[in-house]
Amino acid sequence: MDIPYTVELRPDTGLYNAKVGIWLFLASEVMLFGALFSAYILLRVGAPEGYWPHGWLNVPLGTANTLVLITSSITTVLAWVSLKANQFGRFKLFHAITLLCALVFVGIKSFEYHDKFVHYEFTLKNGKFADGHMVENKLKQDGNSFTGYAVIRGHVVEDERELYDLNAHKAPAHEDIRIDGAQIAKMGNYGPWHNTYTAIYFTLTGLHALHVIGGAIVIGFLWGPGSKLWETDPERFTNRIEISGLFWHFVDLIWIFLFPVLYLL
Amino acid sequence: MTHMEATHAIPHPGVHEAHHEGSGFWRGYVFSTDHKVIGLQYGFTALCFLLFGFFLMLMMRWQIGHPGQPVPIMGPVLEKVLGQVASRGIMSPDLYNSFGAMHGTIMVFMAIVPLAFAAFGNYLVPLMIGAPDMAFPRVNMASYQAYVLGGLIMFTSFFIPGGAAQAGWTSYSPLATSIPTNGQTFWIVGMVLLITSSLLGAVNVIATIIQLRAPGMTWMRLPFFVWAQFVTAFLLLLAFPPLEAAALMQLMDKVAHTSFFLPTGLAIGGTLANVSGGGSPLLWQHLFWFLAHPEVYVLILPAMGIVAEIIANNTRKSIWGYKSLVYSILTLGFLSFIVWAHHMYLTGMGTRISTFFQTTTMIISIPSVVILTCLFMSLWGGSIRFNTPMLFVMAFLPMFGIGGLTGLPLGFSYSDLHLHDTYYVIAHFHYIVAPGTIFALFAGIYYWFPKITGRTMDEFWGRVHFWLSLVFMNLIFQPMFAQGMAGMLRRMSDGGANYSAATLGPDVSGGLSSRILHLNIFILWAAVGLGIAQVPFILNFFWSIKHGKPAGSDNPWQATTLEWQTPTPPPHGNFATPPQVYRGPYEYSVPGHDRDFTPQNEPEKA
Repeated sequence: MDIPYTVELRPDTGLYNAKVGIWLFLASEVMLFGALFSAYILLRVGAPEGYWPHGWLNVPLGTANTLVLITSSITTVLAWVSLKANQFGRFKLFHAITLLCALVFVGIKSFEYHDKFVHYEFTLKNGKFADGHMVENKLKQDGNSFTGYAVIRGHVVEDERELYDLNAHKAPAHEDIRIDGAQIAKMGNYGPWHNTYTAIYFTLTGLHALHVIGGAIVIGFLWGPGSKLWETDPERFTNRIEISGLFWHFVDLIWIFLFPVLYLL
Repeated sequence: MTHMEATHAIPHPGVHEAHHEGSGFWRGYVFSTDHKVIGLQYGFTALCFLLFGFFLMLMMRWQIGHPGQPVPIMGPVLEKVLGQVASRGIMSPDLYNSFGAMHGTIMVFMAIVPLAFAAFGNYLVPLMIGAPDMAFPRVNMASYQAYVLGGLIMFTSFFIPGGAAQAGWTSYSPLATSIPTNGQTFWIVGMVLLITSSLLGAVNVIATIIQLRAPGMTWMRLPFFVWAQFVTAFLLLLAFPPLEAAALMQLMDKVAHTSFFLPTGLAIGGTLANVSGGGSPLLWQHLFWFLAHPEVYVLILPAMGIVAEIIANNTRKSIWGYKSLVYSILTLGFLSFIVWAHHMYLTGMGTRISTFFQTTTMIISIPSVVILTCLFMSLWGGSIRFNTPMLFVMAFLPMFGIGGLTGLPLGFSYSDLHLHDTYYVIAHFHYIVAPGTIFALFAGIYYWFPKITGRTMDEFWGRVHFWLSLVFMNLIFQPMFAQGMAGMLRRMSDGGANYSAATLGPDVSGGLSSRILHLNIFILWAAVGLGIAQVPFILNFFWSIKHGKPAGSDNPWQATTLEWQTPTPPPHGNFATPPQVYRGPYEYSVPGHDRDFTPQNEPEKA
C-alpha cells in the first residue's frame, strides 16, 4: 500500500502531503509563540512604573546572533537549491554551514545565560541596592541571615529603578565592591525567578533555543545518515530538505521578533 | 435488510490479522501504523478512561451525599491504595479535590476528545474520503503513544505523595501553584504530552482531508462527519498551543519559581510568599479559556457529525440543509475562538470586555441553532428506523437542546453573576457532554460496530442500555439545575452542607433548604443507577465481538458513504480497488433509482 502524494504533487492543491503538514504545524507554532508574546505584553503593561527593564541584554551579542541565524537561513535555501540543481556536494557544504551557525547561536546564547546567572542584586539593610557580577562568593545563608562576604564587580544605587533602566541611567564605572553578609537583607541572581522580565526572557529564548536544537538535530540527521536517501529517492530527499528548511526559517523568524522585543524595546 | 446484495465476499468476522501489514502481535496491534488499528487503540483506551473518570465521580457523589461517612465497598480499597487521605475509608477534602480535578481532566482530555476525535476520526475519516490510510501513518502512531504516555503520567500522579492535582481541571493560578504537592507538576507534564498528541493528530487529520480525498470526492461531497472532524482538527491545532504555553509558564512558576501568574503581595497561609511577584492570575485564565472554550466545541462537533450520518441513514433521506450545516460548522469553529472570556465575567476584567464577549456568545448560538434545526428538520417525513443507534441519536437532539438553551443565562453577564460556579453550570455542560456527546458516541459505536467486527451488537440489550441511560442521565442532571438556582456552589466536598449551616442555619429561608441538600442523595443513587445501566453495554460490547449476530453483508445498514463500500473489516489499505466518487454523501430514496440508497462510488447509469 502506498499513500498518494507523498512525493508527487496533488493536482488540485499543488502540494505534497508533508508540505501541508509542516504548514499546519507551523500554524500551531505561531499560536504557541503568539501566546507567549501576549503574555509578554500583559506582563509588561502590568508592571509598575519604572520597573520594566531596559537595556539588560547585550545588544552586540544579540545582533551577532541575529546575523548568525540569517546566514543559516540563507545557507538553508542554498542547500535546497543545490539539490534541485543536482549538486550534492554543494548541498553538503551549505548545510554544514547551517549546522555550524546553529552551534554558534547556541554557544552565544549559553554565554548570555551564564552572564545572567552570575549577575547578582543585593538588597542591603541600609536601603541601598548593590548590583554586579559575582567575583568571589564566600557567603553562607542561614534562613534570612547571611554570614561571610562576597565581592562583586558592579555598583551601589539608592533607588532600585536605576537598575531597571540601564539605557537612561548609564551605570557608573564598575568597581570591585566587598559586601559583608551582615549588610545583606536579600540577594538573588538574574535567573528566571528574578522578576517577570527575566521569567519571560528565559522562557521565550529557552523555548526558542529548544527549537534551534531540535531543528539542528533534524538537519544534522538529514546531512549525515539521512542523506543516503539521495541515492535511492532524490526527489523525496529534496522534499525533506525543503520541509526541514521551512521549519528552520520559522525558527529564524521567531528570533527576528524576539531580538527587538527583548533586546531593543 | 436481509436481501441486501453483497458486493464483496463476506469474510469470517474476527479473522483480521491477515489484513494487517507484517504479522505478529507487536507490529500488528501495539506499534501499528494502520489508521484503523490506531483508531481502535484510541477507542479502547479512551473507553477505559471514561469508565475510570465515572468511578471517580461515583465516589465523589457518595461524599457529597453523605459527607464524612466511609465510602461503601471502595472505601477500604481507597485507604489501602492511597493511605492517609482516605483513612478509615473516608474521603478527605484533599482527596475530593484531587478526584474532582482529575474527573474533569480525564473526561475532557483523556476520554471524550480521544474517543470522539481520535478514535472515530482515525477509523472513519480515511474510509469516508476513500483514502488508503492517514497522510502520515507514523506520526499517527506517535500521536497515540504520546497520548498513552500522558495518560500514564496523569494516572501515576494519584499514587505520588500528596496525590494528584487538586486545583480543578481549570488549574487556576495562584491556587494551582501554591498547593505544596507535586500533583500539579505531573498534571502539567501530562497535559503537555496530551497536547502534543492532539497537535499531531490534528495535523494528520487536516492533511489527510486536504490531500487524500478520492477522485471525485469534492469538498461539497464530503460526509458531514468529515466536515465536523475537519473543523475540530483546526480547533485543536490552533487553540491547544496557547494552553501549552500557559502550561509551560505554570511549570516555570512551579519549578523555576518564576511569577508569571503570581501577583505582588501574594500571601499563602497568612505569610507573604517568597516570590518576585508582578505576575497576572488573569493571564492564566485568558490562556486557559482560549483553549478551553474551543475545546467545548471539540467535544460536541464530532458528536454532531456522528448524529448527521446516523440520521441520514435511518431516515432514508438526505440530510436537510447540508450546505447550511457545513457553513454553520465553519462559522461555529471560527466564532469559538472569540467567546472564551464568558467564563470570566466574575474576574473583574471590566464591563466593556464582558459586553463584547456576551455579544459574541449570543452570536455563536445562531450557527448552533441552525445545526440543531437542520438535524431536526431531517427527521421530517422520513420513514424512521428505530434501531439502537437511532434511539441514541434521537435522544441526543433534545438533550443537546436542553444543554444549549440552559447555556444562554450563563452567557449573559448579569444572570451569570448568580449562576456562576453553582451546580447549574455543572448541569448545563454535562447535558451537552453526557447525554449529548456521550450518547452520540454510543450511537456511533453501535452503528459502526458491524463494519469493524462484521457482527452487530445485540439490539435488545442495546435498547435496555439506551432507556436506562436516558432515564438516569436526566435524574442525575435535572435536579442540579434546581440546586444551582438555589445557590448551591460546586467544588464543595460536603455538598454545601457546611456552607448552608454556617451562614444562615438549617432551613432558614435564603439558605440551602434541606430539600435541596436532600437531592444530593437522590443524585447519588441515580448515578449508581447510571453505572449499572452501563453493564449491559459493556457485556454486549465484548460478547458481540465474537458471538454477535453476523452482519450478513459489508453494508448492513444500506448506507451510501464510502466506509461501507469496503470489505469487512477493511483490510490494510482499505479499498479493494481505489474508489471513484460520483455523487454526494446522502443519496437516499432518490426517485428513479431502483434501490433506496445510492453509494457515493456508484457510477451514473449510461
